Amino acid sequence: MRVNLTVNGRPQQADDVWEGESLLYVLRERLGLPGSKNACEQGECGSCTVLLDGVPVCSCLVAAGQAEGREVVTVEGLADHAGRRAGGTGARTGEGAGLAPIQQAFIDAGAVQCGFCTPGLLVAADEMLERNPDPTDEDIREALSGNLCRCTGYEKIMDAVRLAAARQSEGGRA
Amino acid sequence: MDFLRPAGWEEALAAKAEHPTAVPIAGGTDVMVEINFGHRRPEYLLDLTRIPELHEWETGEDGVRLGASVPYTKIMENLRAELPGLALASHTVASPQIRNRGGVGGNLGTASPAGDAHPALLAAGAEVEAESVRGSRLIPIDAFYTGVKRNALQPDELIRAVHVRKADGPQQFSKVGTRNAMVIAVCAFGLALHPDTRTVRTGIGSAAPTPIRARAAEEFLNAALEEGGSWDSGKAVTPSVAQRFAELCSAACAPIDDVRGTADYRRHAVGVMARRTLTWTWESYRDTSKGAS
Ligand SMILES: Cc1cc2nc3c(=O)[nH]c(=O)nc-3n(C[C@H](O)[C@H](O)[C@H](O)COP(=O)(O)OP(=O)(O)OC[C@H]3O[C@@H](n4cnc5c(N)ncnc54)[C@H](O)[C@@H]3O)c2cc1C
Ligand code: FES
Ligand code: FES
Repeated sequence: MRVNLTVNGRPQQADDVWEGESLLYVLRERLGLPGSKNACEQGECGSCTVLLDGVPVCSCLVAAGQAEGREVVTVEGLADHAGRRAGGTGARTGEGAGLAPIQQAFIDAGAVQCGFCTPGLLVAADEMLERNPDPTDEDIREALSGNLCRCTGYEKIMDAVRLAAARQSEGGRA
Repeated sequence: MDFLRPAGWEEALAAKAEHPTAVPIAGGTDVMVEINFGHRRPEYLLDLTRIPELHEWETGEDGVRLGASVPYTKIMENLRAELPGLALASHTVASPQIRNRGGVGGNLGTASPAGDAHPALLAAGAEVEAESVRGSRLIPIDAFYTGVKRNALQPDELIRAVHVRKADGPQQFSKVGTRNAMVIAVCAFGLALHPDTRTVRTGIGSAAPTPIRARAAEEFLNAALEEGGSWDSGKAVTPSVAQRFAELCSAACAPIDDVRGTADYRRHAVGVMARRTLTWTWESYRDTSKGAS
């Protein structure tokens, strides 16, 4: 079947999609967007997290056909997505044209080791900061409880999200 | 495989009547796992995500008509006052990503003994609104679970909504697992006090082939509270009553040994949860009734 959807702001079309196929597979194998990772295919690890109509979901558990006509944001489009939210300040357009604040914070805090969990964590963390600009540690742990990381032990990830939140509120005040 | 994408409820019912083997897919958090792992290759997938009514709820005088696909996140955010037990149970399901997709309709469709909505629905008192082109019916929650991962739906029926009684007293939900997020219950327990009818209701998860109520325990506690005039006086539940209630809840279980826990552990843990949730709910009832008098 054919599936039409908007990914990172662009209309996309995928052909010859198998009816039982996941959105994750469509993104990675048909649309050339390998940022979302496939680790478990059963909703346990969160490395495939994307926004579906603005809501974080495991793309491995969304049937491709369910994404018909919907809007998807993947880690490849996160900088744009965050840029638009910030009202286009420091606007960067086009995929890969820059980093979202949460991405920069992950780098600065040393929250990336092998990087496999990172795309999913970034999407989940960015969405939390959008909803909740001033999160407590408890809020961060809760928001990221569906994302597993086997390398960092999570402390640096906590640091990164706190850093991004702090920078976001400084930016808001300035 | 065919992917059926009804745009409305009537169309979905017609599709299910025409293809009774079609597998409905809502949040997909059970269905997609089975497909990804090759455990299931349905001839038809029937996508329910385009049917607006299924994502809505209505709050009436006595209860909430909860659309089958309202995700857990929405229940936690919007229905904590009306359905406290179900809201607590919803919060223990998996992770934010899963709670953003999965809902009670899917939990009922799967009818796993470990589904977290079930103890809360059993304790609150609920009816499943099932519909087909032949008509609509309300299935009492006690009659819904018919076997391990089996339910009372006919092949041409879909779940439209769940009718859950609005809380008229404190409710609690408790679940045993290895950590807070992303755990299938080793066992779970729901308790609801119903001061209006002076009854208590229970729900037990993962400790029998289906979700169950501990009826003997409920009857014992109802009688003990009535006898002691406790609903009026709001006096504390004695340790011996709590202990007996816990024992009867344990005795209601018919658990198995599996990778998540042994049968003995489950029986024990259900007793502990029963005693604790009784204490929590009764203390909360006493506080509110004291405040009112
Ligand atoms: C990582 C992970 C963790 C999980 N943790 C938990 C947990 O902690 N607790 C828990 O209870 N569950 C858990 N689950 C299971 C699952 O999330 C729940 O059972 C959820 O409620 C399913 O809802 P859904 O909308 O995603 O169902 P789907 O997968 O879409 O459907 C599930 C079943 O219900 C049927 N169905 C769906 N809607 C209808 C309808 N309207 N009418 C008739 N049949 C219907 C489907 O055909 C299917 O058989 C977990 C799943 C995953 C992947
Ligand atoms: S690949 Fe989707 S949650 Fe692990
Ligand atoms: S950095 Fe390796 S899994 Fe998280």
